[in-house]
Amino acid sequence: MGTLRLVAAVAGKDLKVELRSREILYTMALFAAVIVVVFSFSFVKDQKALVAAVPGVAWAAVVFAGTIGLGRAFEREREGDTMRALLLSPAPRLAIFAGKTVAIALLVVAVEAVVLPLCLLFFNVDLGAAVLDLVLVLVLGAIGFAIVGTVFAAMLLRIQSRDVLLPVVLYPILVPMIMSGTKATAAILAASDADAWFWIKFLAAYDCIFTVVALWTFEALVIE
Amino acid sequence: MRRYLVPLLAACAAVGLAGTLYLVFYVTKLEQNLFFNQKIFYWHVPNWFMLFSMVFLCGGASIGYLVKRDPKWDDVAFAAGELAVLFGAIGLVTGSIWGKAAWGHWWIWELRLTTSLILWLTMLGYALVRRFAGPGSEPLCAGLAIFGMVNVPLVYFAVKLADKLGQASAHPKAKVVAQLDASMKGTFWLSVLTFALVCALLFLVRIDAIRDARRLRAVRERGLDAGILEP
Repeated sequence: MGTLRLVAAVAGKDLKVELRSREILYTMALFAAVIVVVFSFSFVKDQKALVAAVPGVAWAAVVFAGTIGLGRAFEREREGDTMRALLLSPAPRLAIFAGKTVAIALLVVAVEAVVLPLCLLFFNVDLGAAVLDLVLVLVLGAIGFAIVGTVFAAMLLRIQSRDVLLPVVLYPILVPMIMSGTKATAAILAASDADAWFWIKFLAAYDCIFTVVALWTFEALVIE
Repeated sequence: MRRYLVPLLAACAAVGLAGTLYLVFYVTKLEQNLFFNQKIFYWHVPNWFMLFSMVFLCGGASIGYLVKRDPKWDDVAFAAGELAVLFGAIGLVTGSIWGKAAWGHWWIWELRLTTSLILWLTMLGYALVRRFAGPGSEPLCAGLAIFGMVNVPLVYFAVKLADKLGQASAHPKAKVVAQLDASMKGTFWLSVLTFALVCALLFLVRIDAIRDARRLRAVRERGLDAGILEP
């Protein structure tokens, strides 16, 4: 089997398990929606939410909900003790890593599909065609989150108190991604294209750099 | 050798600390803009030097551990990671005191401050994982240190680029040291040496404790395997 087909097989397996119960998807989406609602009425002035808060609210919702999904997705592997089976299979570690990353990224994109319309609705933002730029930013952010998150969640799999340790170790590493994501979102909301594209390129560079680091380290780190 | 090294280092560090304090308060000139407040600089900058050397030692030892799988490298990374948290904390506190005097704020979101804070938080996370993750977490810690090290330049450039339209960086640049008065420069480098001694001393003591703890764990596990020890 080619590596790409293995990647698709691992990702397909994860998504199939998820689509049967839709547990992670529903809880993540609801959690993200609750965050957006709570934050949007904490930034209300004259019965209108402050548009300046949109980037922070949107990215906080995505990252928090993403962490929940990440922890749960790997908890499922641990409960069934299937991670060991996956690692014992002849598939290269790279394919397992990439498959997991693709599945997580798709889950985060699904959450963003809830967060984005909610933000636009509650904050009364009308972006027009620029919404496509915002979608690109969010997808790049989801990829970056999935790459770093998958490595850390996989490493934490056999560790005590992994639920609290995951965000503690993950968020500082995600800071450049969250920063460029919020800056890009703010630039798109302010309709300054040059700035937005600059941050989109930065986000893409972040994804590339951590893909390389993750591929280097995943094999050495995830040993059963 | 080791038996004499620790007391010797401790004595040198104690003399160095007392000596630099005397030099800082009685010998060096007052700075023209900040007057007495500038004296925190003799503690602040050496502590950041130590933080960065410990972070790179921790990252390098982690790479060594992942390549060689020799627990010796892991001990080095462990000790260096903890010391990075300590020196970072001193650096942040002294930096805040400087900031209050120089800029009127305890904290501003400036390039070096933001980068250092994120780095320190990463090392704090590292120390937490070290303490609470339990046995078998060594590869995770090594991975965390490597990711943290790669992250430093990324955070630096992200903040630098975000500031490019804003005001110029308020934090003094590295070239400040070269422009110091001769008495200030001598005291400064003596202070750096003193903190390097303190750092080396703490590192030696800590790494011995870590190695002993690891050996004790190994012996205990062997005892359990052989059925000599009760679980």
